[in-house]
Amino acid sequence: MISKILIANRGEIAVRIMRTCKKLGISSVAVYSEGDKAAPFVQMADESYLLGPARVNESYLNVDRILDIAKRCGADAIHPGYGFLSENGSFAEKCEASGITFIGPTSQVMEMMGSKIEARKAMKTANIPIVPGTEDAVHSKEEAIEVAKSIGYPIMLKASAGGGGIGMQVVHSDEELLKAFENNAKRAESFFGDGAMFLEKKIDHARHIEIQILADKFGNAVHLFERECSIQRRNQKVVEEAPSPFLSETTRQRMGKAAVNAAKALGYTNAGTIEFLVDANENYYFLEMNTRIQVEHPITEEITGIDIVAEQINIANGNSLSLKQEDLTIKGHAIEARIYAEDPNTFFPSPGHITVFDIPKGENIRLESAVTSDYQVTPFYDPMISKLIVKGNTRQEAIQLLIHTLEKTKVEGIKTNIPLLLEIAQHHEYQAGNTTTSFIVDYLRPLKRK
Amino acid sequence: MEEVRAMMAGNVWKIVVSEGEAVEADQDIVILESMKMEIPIATEDGGIVKEIKVQEGDFVNEGDLIAVIE
Repeated sequence: MISKILIANRGEIAVRIMRTCKKLGISSVAVYSEGDKAAPFVQMADESYLLGPARVNESYLNVDRILDIAKRCGADAIHPGYGFLSENGSFAEKCEASGITFIGPTSQVMEMMGSKIEARKAMKTANIPIVPGTEDAVHSKEEAIEVAKSIGYPIMLKASAGGGGIGMQVVHSDEELLKAFENNAKRAESFFGDGAMFLEKKIDHARHIEIQILADKFGNAVHLFERECSIQRRNQKVVEEAPSPFLSETTRQRMGKAAVNAAKALGYTNAGTIEFLVDANENYYFLEMNTRIQVEHPITEEITGIDIVAEQINIANGNSLSLKQEDLTIKGHAIEARIYAEDPNTFFPSPGHITVFDIPKGENIRLESAVTSDYQVTPFYDPMISKLIVKGNTRQEAIQLLIHTLEKTKVEGIKTNIPLLLEIAQHHEYQAGNTTTSFIVDYLRPLKRK
Repeated sequence: MEEVRAMMAGNVWKIVVSEGEAVEADQDIVILESMKMEIPIATEDGGIVKEIKVQEGDFVNEGDLIAVIE
Protein backbone atom coordinates (compact mmCIF):
# COMPACT_ATOMS: atom_id res chain seq x y z
CA MET A 1 0.00 0.00 0.00
CA ILE A 2 1.30 3.41 -1.01
CA SER A 3 1.57 5.67 2.04
CA LYS A 4 3.91 8.44 0.91
CA ILE A 5 4.04 9.97 -2.59
CA LEU A 6 6.77 12.21 -3.92
CA ILE A 7 5.40 14.53 -6.60
CA ALA A 8 8.05 15.04 -9.27
CA ASN A 9 6.41 18.16 -10.64
CA ARG A 10 5.47 21.73 -9.77
CA GLY A 11 2.70 24.29 -10.04
CA GLU A 12 -1.00 23.58 -10.19
CA ILE A 13 -0.71 19.86 -10.92
CA ALA A 14 1.43 19.33 -7.80
CA VAL A 15 -1.28 21.06 -5.74
CA ARG A 16 -3.95 18.97 -7.46
CA ILE A 17 -2.20 15.67 -6.70
CA MET A 18 -1.58 16.65 -3.07
CA ARG A 19 -5.27 17.35 -2.58
CA THR A 20 -6.11 13.74 -3.42
CA CYS A 21 -3.21 12.50 -1.26
CA LYS A 22 -4.69 14.35 1.72
CA LYS A 23 -8.14 12.94 0.98
CA LEU A 24 -6.70 9.40 0.92
CA GLY A 25 -4.54 9.88 4.01
CA ILE A 26 -1.30 9.61 2.01
CA SER A 27 1.69 11.83 2.92
CA SER A 28 2.89 14.12 0.14
CA VAL A 29 6.44 15.19 -0.64
CA ALA A 30 7.20 18.24 -2.79
CA VAL A 31 10.47 18.73 -4.62
CA TYR A 32 11.16 22.23 -5.91
CA SER A 33 13.68 24.43 -7.63
CA GLU A 34 15.17 27.66 -6.35
CA GLY A 35 12.74 29.45 -8.68
CA ASP A 36 9.76 27.89 -6.88
CA LYS A 37 10.74 28.46 -3.22
CA ALA A 38 7.64 30.58 -2.55
CA ALA A 39 5.23 28.46 -4.60
CA PRO A 40 1.92 27.31 -3.04
CA PHE A 41 2.66 23.63 -3.80
CA VAL A 42 5.80 23.76 -1.62
CA GLN A 43 3.82 25.06 1.36
CA MET A 44 1.02 22.55 0.88
CA ALA A 45 3.19 19.41 0.98
CA ASP A 46 3.76 17.50 4.19
CA GLU A 47 7.51 17.57 3.42
CA SER A 48 9.46 19.52 0.83
CA TYR A 49 13.01 19.29 -0.49
CA LEU A 50 15.07 21.63 -2.65
CA LEU A 51 16.19 20.07 -5.94
CA GLY A 52 18.57 22.74 -7.18
CA PRO A 53 18.75 25.77 -9.47
CA ALA A 54 15.73 26.96 -11.47
CA ARG A 55 16.74 25.47 -14.81
CA VAL A 56 14.91 22.23 -15.48
CA ASN A 57 18.00 20.13 -16.16
CA GLU A 58 19.26 20.95 -12.70
CA SER A 59 15.89 20.56 -11.00
CA TYR A 60 12.72 18.94 -12.36
CA LEU A 61 14.59 16.79 -14.89
CA ASN A 62 17.35 15.80 -12.46
CA VAL A 63 16.51 12.08 -12.20
CA ASP A 64 19.31 11.11 -9.80
CA ARG A 65 18.57 13.90 -7.37
CA ILE A 66 14.82 13.17 -7.37
CA LEU A 67 15.38 9.44 -6.76
CA ASP A 68 17.90 10.19 -4.04
CA ILE A 69 15.38 12.41 -2.21
CA ALA A 70 12.62 9.81 -2.68
CA LYS A 71 14.78 7.10 -1.11
CA ARG A 72 15.99 9.23 1.75
CA CYS A 73 12.53 10.51 2.71
CA GLY A 74 10.99 7.04 2.45
CA ALA A 75 8.53 7.75 -0.36
CA ASP A 76 7.07 4.52 -1.71
CA ALA A 77 5.72 6.04 -4.93
CA ILE A 78 6.40 8.89 -7.35
CA HIS A 79 3.66 10.75 -9.20
CA PRO A 80 5.19 12.45 -12.25
CA GLY A 81 2.25 14.76 -13.14
CA TYR A 82 2.43 15.92 -16.77
CA GLY A 83 5.41 17.24 -18.76
CA PHE A 84 8.92 16.93 -17.22
CA LEU A 85 9.61 13.21 -16.49
CA SER A 86 6.04 11.98 -16.92
CA GLU A 87 6.67 10.26 -20.26
CA ASN A 88 10.29 9.32 -19.67
CA GLY A 89 10.53 5.53 -19.79
CA SER A 90 14.01 5.34 -18.34
CA PHE A 91 12.90 7.38 -15.30
CA ALA A 92 10.01 4.95 -14.73
CA GLU A 93 12.46 2.05 -14.99
CA LYS A 94 14.87 3.63 -12.49
CA CYS A 95 12.01 4.20 -10.04
CA GLU A 96 11.01 0.55 -10.20
CA ALA A 97 14.66 -0.55 -9.89
CA SER A 98 14.88 1.50 -6.69
CA GLY A 99 11.77 -0.20 -5.31
CA ILE A 100 9.63 2.92 -5.79
CA THR A 101 6.28 2.64 -7.57
CA PHE A 102 6.02 4.87 -10.63
CA ILE A 103 2.39 6.04 -10.87
CA GLY A 104 1.86 5.48 -14.58
CA PRO A 105 2.12 2.78 -17.24
CA THR A 106 5.11 0.50 -17.85
CA SER A 107 8.24 1.98 -19.39
CA GLN A 108 7.82 -0.23 -22.49
CA VAL A 109 4.40 1.22 -23.36
CA MET A 110 5.60 4.74 -22.57
CA GLU A 111 8.52 4.39 -24.93
CA MET A 112 6.42 2.92 -27.70
CA MET A 113 3.89 5.76 -27.47
CA GLY A 114 6.69 8.33 -27.09
CA SER A 115 7.75 7.60 -30.65
CA LYS A 116 4.93 8.88 -32.81
CA ILE A 117 6.06 6.62 -35.65
CA GLU A 118 5.96 3.50 -33.42
CA ALA A 119 2.64 4.60 -31.92
CA ARG A 120 1.07 4.91 -35.39
CA LYS A 121 2.24 1.37 -36.21
CA ALA A 122 0.88 -0.04 -32.96
CA MET A 123 -2.52 1.62 -33.44
CA LYS A 124 -2.74 0.40 -37.02
CA THR A 125 -2.13 -3.13 -35.74
CA ALA A 126 -4.91 -2.61 -33.17
CA ASN A 127 -7.26 -1.60 -36.03
CA ILE A 128 -7.52 2.03 -34.93
CA PRO A 129 -7.75 4.43 -37.90
CA ILE A 130 -4.62 6.59 -38.26
CA VAL A 131 -4.12 9.81 -40.23
CA PRO A 132 -2.91 8.89 -43.75
CA GLY A 133 0.86 9.37 -43.87
CA THR A 134 4.28 7.73 -43.78
CA GLU A 135 4.84 4.38 -42.06
CA ASP A 136 8.48 5.03 -41.29
CA ALA A 137 10.76 7.99 -40.66
CA VAL A 138 11.56 10.14 -43.69
CA HIS A 139 15.31 10.66 -43.82
CA SER A 140 15.90 13.51 -46.26
CA LYS A 141 14.10 16.43 -47.82
CA GLU A 142 14.32 14.69 -51.21
CA GLU A 143 12.54 11.65 -49.79
CA ALA A 144 9.98 13.94 -48.13
CA ILE A 145 9.15 15.59 -51.47
CA GLU A 146 8.72 12.15 -53.04
CA VAL A 147 6.37 10.96 -50.26
CA ALA A 148 4.43 14.25 -50.32
CA LYS A 149 3.37 13.47 -53.91
CA SER A 150 1.44 10.41 -52.78
CA ILE A 151 -0.12 12.05 -49.68
CA GLY A 152 -1.08 15.36 -51.28
CA TYR A 153 -0.83 18.86 -49.77
CA PRO A 154 -1.56 20.31 -47.27
CA ILE A 155 0.70 18.13 -45.13
CA MET A 156 1.70 18.16 -41.46
CA LEU A 157 5.42 17.71 -41.06
CA LYS A 158 6.07 16.26 -37.61
CA ALA A 159 8.91 15.18 -35.36
CA SER A 160 8.52 11.57 -34.18
CA ALA A 161 9.67 12.53 -30.68
CA GLY A 162 7.84 15.88 -30.72
CA GLY A 163 5.51 17.44 -28.22
CA GLY A 164 4.06 20.82 -27.35
CA GLY A 165 3.94 21.76 -31.02
CA ILE A 166 7.73 21.75 -31.36
CA GLY A 167 9.15 20.30 -34.60
CA MET A 168 5.73 20.47 -36.23
CA GLN A 169 4.66 22.58 -39.21
CA VAL A 170 1.93 22.68 -41.87
CA VAL A 171 3.30 22.85 -45.42
CA HIS A 172 1.34 23.59 -48.58
CA SER A 173 3.90 23.06 -51.35
CA ASP A 174 7.21 21.39 -52.26
CA GLU A 175 8.89 24.73 -51.71
CA GLU A 176 7.54 25.08 -48.14
CA LEU A 177 8.37 21.47 -47.35
CA LEU A 178 11.98 21.92 -48.55
CA LYS A 179 12.37 24.96 -46.29
CA ALA A 180 10.69 23.40 -43.28
CA PHE A 181 12.20 19.91 -43.31
CA GLU A 182 15.76 20.47 -42.11
CA ASN A 183 14.79 23.32 -39.83
CA ASN A 184 12.27 21.21 -37.92
CA ALA A 185 14.51 18.14 -37.89
CA LYS A 186 17.22 20.28 -36.31
CA ARG A 187 14.85 21.68 -33.70
CA ALA A 188 13.57 18.20 -32.87
CA GLU A 189 17.15 16.99 -32.54
CA SER A 190 18.05 19.81 -30.15
CA PHE A 191 14.83 19.62 -28.08
CA PHE A 192 14.24 15.88 -27.95
CA GLY A 193 17.57 14.35 -28.99
CA ASP A 194 15.81 12.67 -31.93
CA GLY A 195 15.49 14.34 -35.33
CA ALA A 196 13.34 11.63 -36.98
CA MET A 197 10.57 13.24 -39.06
CA PHE A 198 7.40 11.92 -40.66
CA LEU A 199 4.56 13.28 -42.78
CA GLU A 200 0.80 13.17 -42.24
CA LYS A 201 -2.08 14.43 -44.35
CA LYS A 202 -3.40 17.68 -42.87
CA ILE A 203 -7.06 17.11 -42.04
CA ASP A 204 -9.00 20.28 -42.81
CA HIS A 205 -11.63 21.66 -40.40
CA ALA A 206 -10.48 19.07 -37.90
CA ARG A 207 -11.42 18.89 -34.28
CA HIS A 208 -9.14 17.58 -31.58
CA ILE A 209 -11.14 15.12 -29.50
CA GLU A 210 -9.52 12.81 -26.98
CA ILE A 211 -10.70 9.85 -24.93
CA GLN A 212 -9.69 9.38 -21.28
CA ILE A 213 -9.05 5.78 -20.35
CA LEU A 214 -8.24 3.93 -17.14
CA ALA A 215 -6.77 0.43 -17.18
CA ASP A 216 -5.67 -1.87 -14.36
CA LYS A 217 -2.99 -4.58 -14.25
CA PHE A 218 -5.56 -7.35 -14.79
CA GLY A 219 -6.62 -6.35 -18.31
CA ASN A 220 -9.70 -4.35 -17.27
CA ALA A 221 -10.16 -1.01 -19.00
CA VAL A 222 -12.84 1.67 -19.16
CA HIS A 223 -13.15 5.01 -20.92
CA LEU A 224 -14.40 8.20 -19.28
CA PHE A 225 -15.80 9.67 -22.50
CA GLU A 226 -14.27 12.46 -24.52
CA ARG A 227 -12.80 15.90 -24.12
CA GLU A 228 -12.97 18.35 -26.98
CA CYS A 229 -9.73 20.35 -27.06
CA SER A 230 -9.93 22.05 -30.43
CA ILE A 231 -9.39 25.63 -29.31
CA GLN A 232 -5.62 26.01 -29.58
CA ARG A 233 -2.91 28.57 -30.13
CA ARG A 234 0.55 27.56 -31.43
CA ASN A 235 -0.70 23.94 -31.40
CA GLN A 236 -1.31 24.13 -27.65
CA LYS A 237 -4.70 23.86 -26.02
CA VAL A 238 -6.39 26.95 -24.60
CA VAL A 239 -10.04 25.99 -23.91
CA GLU A 240 -11.32 22.43 -23.47
CA GLU A 241 -14.75 21.05 -22.80
CA ALA A 242 -16.55 17.80 -22.05
CA PRO A 243 -18.60 16.41 -23.60
CA SER A 244 -17.87 17.54 -27.18
CA PRO A 245 -20.64 19.71 -28.64
CA PHE A 246 -20.09 17.98 -31.98
CA LEU A 247 -20.01 14.19 -31.58
CA SER A 248 -23.09 12.11 -32.16
CA GLU A 249 -23.84 9.47 -29.53
CA THR A 250 -22.95 6.75 -32.04
CA THR A 251 -19.49 8.21 -32.73
CA ARG A 252 -18.94 8.83 -29.01
CA GLN A 253 -19.58 5.15 -28.29
CA ARG A 254 -17.41 4.00 -31.21
CA MET A 255 -14.47 6.20 -30.21
CA GLY A 256 -14.75 5.11 -26.58
CA LYS A 257 -14.70 1.46 -27.61
CA ALA A 258 -11.77 2.06 -29.97
CA ALA A 259 -9.78 3.68 -27.14
CA VAL A 260 -10.52 0.82 -24.73
CA ASN A 261 -9.55 -1.73 -27.39
CA ALA A 262 -6.30 0.15 -28.05
CA ALA A 263 -5.49 0.20 -24.32
CA LYS A 264 -6.09 -3.54 -24.08
CA ALA A 265 -4.07 -4.29 -27.22
CA LEU A 266 -1.13 -2.30 -25.84
CA GLY A 267 -1.34 -3.89 -22.39
CA TYR A 268 -1.73 -0.37 -21.09
CA THR A 269 -2.04 0.31 -17.35
CA ASN A 270 -3.03 3.39 -15.34
CA ALA A 271 -4.60 6.60 -16.73
CA GLY A 272 -3.99 7.54 -20.33
CA THR A 273 -5.46 9.59 -23.12
CA ILE A 274 -5.87 8.74 -26.76
CA GLU A 275 -6.02 11.83 -28.94
CA PHE A 276 -7.94 11.78 -32.21
CA LEU A 277 -8.50 14.20 -35.05
CA VAL A 278 -12.14 14.18 -36.09
CA ASP A 279 -13.19 15.55 -39.50
CA ALA A 280 -16.47 17.25 -40.45
CA ASN A 281 -18.03 13.85 -41.25
CA GLU A 282 -17.14 12.41 -37.84
CA ASN A 283 -14.37 10.22 -39.24
CA TYR A 284 -11.74 9.90 -36.51
CA TYR A 285 -8.02 9.27 -36.81
CA PHE A 286 -5.50 8.40 -34.08
CA LEU A 287 -3.17 11.32 -33.40
CA GLU A 288 -1.12 10.31 -30.36
CA MET A 289 -1.37 8.75 -26.95
CA ASN A 290 -0.47 10.60 -23.77
CA THR A 291 0.72 8.12 -21.18
CA ARG A 292 0.08 10.32 -18.14
CA ILE A 293 -2.51 12.54 -16.53
CA GLN A 294 -3.58 15.40 -18.81
CA VAL A 295 -3.70 19.10 -18.01
CA GLU A 296 -7.43 19.10 -18.85
CA HIS A 297 -8.39 16.04 -16.76
CA PRO A 298 -10.63 18.12 -14.39
CA ILE A 299 -13.41 18.53 -16.98
CA THR A 300 -13.74 14.74 -17.15
CA GLU A 301 -13.81 14.59 -13.35
CA GLU A 302 -16.56 17.21 -13.30
CA ILE A 303 -18.88 15.35 -15.69
CA THR A 304 -18.23 11.82 -14.37
CA GLY A 305 -17.70 12.49 -10.66
CA ILE A 306 -14.52 10.41 -10.72
CA ASP A 307 -11.23 11.49 -9.08
CA ILE A 308 -8.72 10.45 -11.76
CA VAL A 309 -5.69 10.90 -9.48
CA ALA A 310 -7.30 8.62 -6.88
CA GLU A 311 -7.90 6.03 -9.62
CA GLN A 312 -4.24 6.31 -10.68
CA ILE A 313 -3.10 5.60 -7.12
CA ASN A 314 -5.56 2.72 -6.80
CA ILE A 315 -4.26 1.11 -10.00
CA ALA A 316 -0.62 1.70 -8.98
CA ASN A 317 -1.41 -0.08 -5.70
CA GLY A 318 -2.18 -3.17 -7.77
CA ASN A 319 -5.92 -3.08 -7.17
CA SER A 320 -8.42 -3.89 -9.86
CA LEU A 321 -10.64 -1.16 -11.31
CA SER A 322 -13.78 -0.67 -9.28
CA LEU A 323 -15.49 1.13 -12.17
CA LYS A 324 -17.64 -0.67 -14.72
CA GLN A 325 -18.30 0.89 -18.11
CA GLU A 326 -22.06 0.50 -17.80
CA ASP A 327 -22.06 2.50 -14.53
CA LEU A 328 -20.34 5.52 -16.09
CA THR A 329 -22.50 8.37 -17.35
CA ILE A 330 -22.08 12.00 -18.39
CA LYS A 331 -23.70 14.51 -16.04
CA GLY A 332 -23.74 18.12 -17.20
CA HIS A 333 -21.13 20.04 -19.15
CA ALA A 334 -17.71 21.29 -18.06
CA ILE A 335 -15.32 23.80 -19.63
CA GLU A 336 -11.69 24.51 -18.75
CA ALA A 337 -9.99 27.79 -19.64
CA ARG A 338 -6.20 27.79 -19.32
CA ILE A 339 -4.82 31.01 -17.94
CA TYR A 340 -1.45 31.77 -19.50
CA ALA A 341 1.01 34.47 -18.48
CA GLU A 342 1.27 35.87 -21.98
CA ASP A 343 0.25 38.70 -24.24
CA PRO A 344 -3.35 38.00 -25.37
CA ASN A 345 -2.60 39.16 -28.91
CA THR A 346 0.96 38.08 -29.76
CA PHE A 347 1.06 35.09 -27.34
CA PHE A 348 4.53 36.21 -26.25
CA PRO A 349 5.32 35.18 -22.65
CA SER A 350 4.87 37.70 -19.87
CA PRO A 351 6.78 36.64 -16.78
CA GLY A 352 6.87 39.05 -13.86
CA HIS A 353 5.33 39.95 -10.53
CA ILE A 354 1.59 39.25 -10.09
CA THR A 355 0.30 41.87 -7.72
CA VAL A 356 -3.36 40.85 -7.77
CA PHE A 357 -4.74 37.41 -8.60
CA ASP A 358 -8.41 37.31 -7.80
CA ILE A 359 -10.78 34.82 -9.40
CA PRO A 360 -14.31 34.66 -7.97
CA LYS A 361 -15.20 31.54 -6.00
CA GLY A 362 -18.59 29.92 -6.21
CA GLU A 363 -20.70 26.92 -6.92
CA ASN A 364 -19.63 25.05 -10.05
CA ILE A 365 -16.38 27.06 -10.25
CA ARG A 366 -13.16 25.11 -9.72
CA LEU A 367 -9.77 26.80 -9.76
CA GLU A 368 -6.51 24.89 -10.13
CA SER A 369 -3.82 27.46 -9.55
CA ALA A 370 -0.04 27.59 -9.38
CA VAL A 371 0.01 31.21 -8.22
CA THR A 372 -1.49 33.70 -5.77
CA SER A 373 -1.54 37.48 -5.37
CA ASP A 374 1.92 38.98 -4.74
CA TYR A 375 3.74 36.19 -6.56
CA GLN A 376 6.69 36.15 -8.94
CA VAL A 377 6.14 34.25 -12.21
CA THR A 378 9.58 33.19 -13.45
CA PRO A 379 10.57 32.72 -17.10
CA PHE A 380 11.89 29.20 -16.48
CA TYR A 381 8.73 27.15 -16.96
CA ASP A 382 5.53 26.87 -18.95
CA PRO A 383 3.39 30.04 -19.08
CA MET A 384 0.27 28.27 -17.78
CA ILE A 385 -0.37 29.67 -14.30
CA SER A 386 -3.92 28.51 -13.58
CA LYS A 387 -6.89 26.61 -14.91
CA LEU A 388 -10.43 27.82 -14.46
CA ILE A 389 -13.00 25.03 -14.67
CA VAL A 390 -16.73 25.70 -14.74
CA LYS A 391 -19.68 23.37 -14.83
CA GLY A 392 -23.32 23.69 -15.84
CA ASN A 393 -26.32 21.47 -16.45
CA THR A 394 -26.03 22.42 -20.11
CA ARG A 395 -23.26 23.77 -22.33
CA GLN A 396 -25.02 27.13 -22.45
CA GLU A 397 -25.06 27.35 -18.66
CA ALA A 398 -21.37 26.48 -18.46
CA ILE A 399 -20.49 29.13 -21.06
CA GLN A 400 -22.49 31.79 -19.19
CA LEU A 401 -20.74 30.92 -15.93
CA LEU A 402 -17.35 31.06 -17.67
CA ILE A 403 -18.09 34.52 -19.10
CA HIS A 404 -19.42 35.77 -15.78
CA THR A 405 -16.38 34.45 -13.88
CA LEU A 406 -13.84 35.80 -16.36
CA GLU A 407 -15.50 39.21 -16.33
CA LYS A 408 -15.11 39.39 -12.56
CA THR A 409 -11.54 38.08 -12.59
CA LYS A 410 -8.78 40.51 -11.66
CA VAL A 411 -5.17 39.74 -12.48
CA GLU A 412 -2.69 42.60 -12.28
CA GLY A 413 1.07 42.99 -12.68
CA ILE A 414 1.56 40.71 -15.67
CA LYS A 415 -0.20 40.21 -18.98
CA THR A 416 -2.50 37.21 -19.27
CA ASN A 417 -4.66 35.69 -21.98
CA ILE A 418 -7.87 36.40 -20.02
CA PRO A 419 -9.08 38.94 -22.62
CA LEU A 420 -8.66 36.23 -25.30
CA LEU A 421 -10.51 33.66 -23.17
CA LEU A 422 -13.42 36.08 -22.87
CA GLU A 423 -13.44 36.73 -26.61
CA ILE A 424 -13.59 32.99 -27.23
CA ALA A 425 -16.42 32.37 -24.75
CA GLN A 426 -18.43 35.31 -26.11
CA HIS A 427 -17.95 34.44 -29.78
CA HIS A 428 -21.12 33.27 -31.54
CA GLU A 429 -19.22 30.54 -33.41
CA TYR A 430 -17.92 29.17 -30.10
CA GLN A 431 -21.39 29.35 -28.60
CA ALA A 432 -22.73 27.52 -31.67
CA GLY A 433 -20.18 24.74 -31.05
CA ASN A 434 -18.17 25.44 -34.20
CA THR A 435 -14.88 24.62 -32.58
CA THR A 436 -12.09 23.48 -34.87
CA THR A 437 -8.34 23.57 -34.34
CA SER A 438 -8.10 26.73 -36.46
CA PHE A 439 -10.75 28.60 -34.43
CA ILE A 440 -8.42 31.27 -33.00
CA VAL A 441 -6.76 31.89 -36.37
CA ASP A 442 -10.05 31.82 -38.29
CA TYR A 443 -12.07 34.10 -36.04
CA LEU A 444 -9.89 36.00 -33.61
CA ARG A 445 -6.18 36.23 -34.40
CA PRO A 446 -5.48 35.78 -38.12
CA LEU A 447 -1.88 34.81 -38.86
CA LYS A 448 0.32 37.63 -40.07
CA ARG A 449 2.82 36.77 -42.75
CA LYS A 450 6.27 38.35 -42.41
CA MET B 1 23.23 54.37 -32.26
CA GLU B 2 20.61 51.88 -31.16
CA GLU B 3 20.53 49.92 -27.95
CA VAL B 4 18.88 46.51 -28.34
CA ARG B 5 17.17 45.53 -25.09
CA ALA B 6 15.40 42.42 -23.81
CA MET B 7 11.63 42.78 -24.10
CA MET B 8 11.11 40.15 -21.39
CA ALA B 9 13.02 38.13 -18.84
CA GLY B 10 14.63 34.93 -20.13
CA ASN B 11 17.78 33.06 -21.01
CA VAL B 12 19.94 33.96 -23.98
CA TRP B 13 19.50 30.85 -26.10
CA LYS B 14 21.46 31.86 -29.22
CA ILE B 15 23.45 34.83 -30.40
CA VAL B 16 22.93 35.01 -34.14
CA VAL B 17 25.26 37.90 -35.12
CA SER B 18 28.89 38.77 -34.31
CA GLU B 19 30.50 42.02 -33.24
CA GLY B 20 31.56 44.01 -36.29
CA GLU B 21 28.91 42.45 -38.50
CA ALA B 22 26.66 44.63 -40.68
CA VAL B 23 22.96 44.12 -39.91
CA GLU B 24 19.75 45.32 -41.52
CA ALA B 25 16.71 46.80 -39.81
CA ASP B 26 14.50 44.07 -38.23
CA GLN B 27 17.34 41.53 -38.29
CA ASP B 28 17.46 39.16 -35.29
CA ILE B 29 20.36 39.79 -32.90
CA VAL B 30 19.77 37.14 -30.25
CA ILE B 31 17.13 34.53 -29.51
CA LEU B 32 15.87 34.46 -25.94
CA GLU B 33 14.24 31.47 -24.35
CA SER B 34 11.42 32.36 -21.99
CA MET B 35 8.63 30.13 -20.69
CA LYS B 36 9.59 27.35 -23.11
CA MET B 37 9.30 29.67 -26.11
CA GLU B 38 11.98 31.08 -28.37
CA ILE B 39 11.73 34.84 -28.69
CA PRO B 40 13.85 36.50 -31.39
CA ILE B 41 15.09 39.95 -30.37
CA ALA B 42 15.69 42.13 -33.43
CA THR B 43 17.28 45.51 -34.04
CA GLU B 44 14.99 48.29 -35.21
CA ASP B 45 17.72 50.01 -37.23
CA GLY B 46 20.38 48.69 -39.55
CA GLY B 47 24.09 49.32 -38.88
CA ILE B 48 27.20 47.66 -37.53
CA VAL B 49 27.07 45.51 -34.38
CA LYS B 50 29.37 47.51 -32.10
CA GLU B 51 29.07 45.44 -28.97
CA ILE B 52 27.24 42.35 -27.74
CA LYS B 53 26.65 42.60 -24.00
CA VAL B 54 25.48 39.04 -23.29
CA GLN B 55 26.68 35.49 -23.73
CA GLU B 56 24.73 32.38 -24.60
CA GLY B 57 23.22 30.94 -21.42
CA ASP B 58 23.08 34.32 -19.64
CA PHE B 59 19.91 35.28 -17.81
CA VAL B 60 18.52 38.69 -18.72
CA ASN B 61 15.75 40.75 -17.18
CA GLU B 62 13.23 42.84 -19.08
CA GLY B 63 14.97 45.99 -20.26
CA ASP B 64 18.54 44.64 -19.97
CA LEU B 65 20.97 45.78 -22.65
CA ILE B 66 21.73 43.05 -25.18
CA ALA B 67 23.68 44.79 -27.94
CA VAL B 68 24.66 48.15 -29.32
CA ILE B 69 24.22 48.84 -33.05
CA GLU B 70 25.99 51.79 -34.65
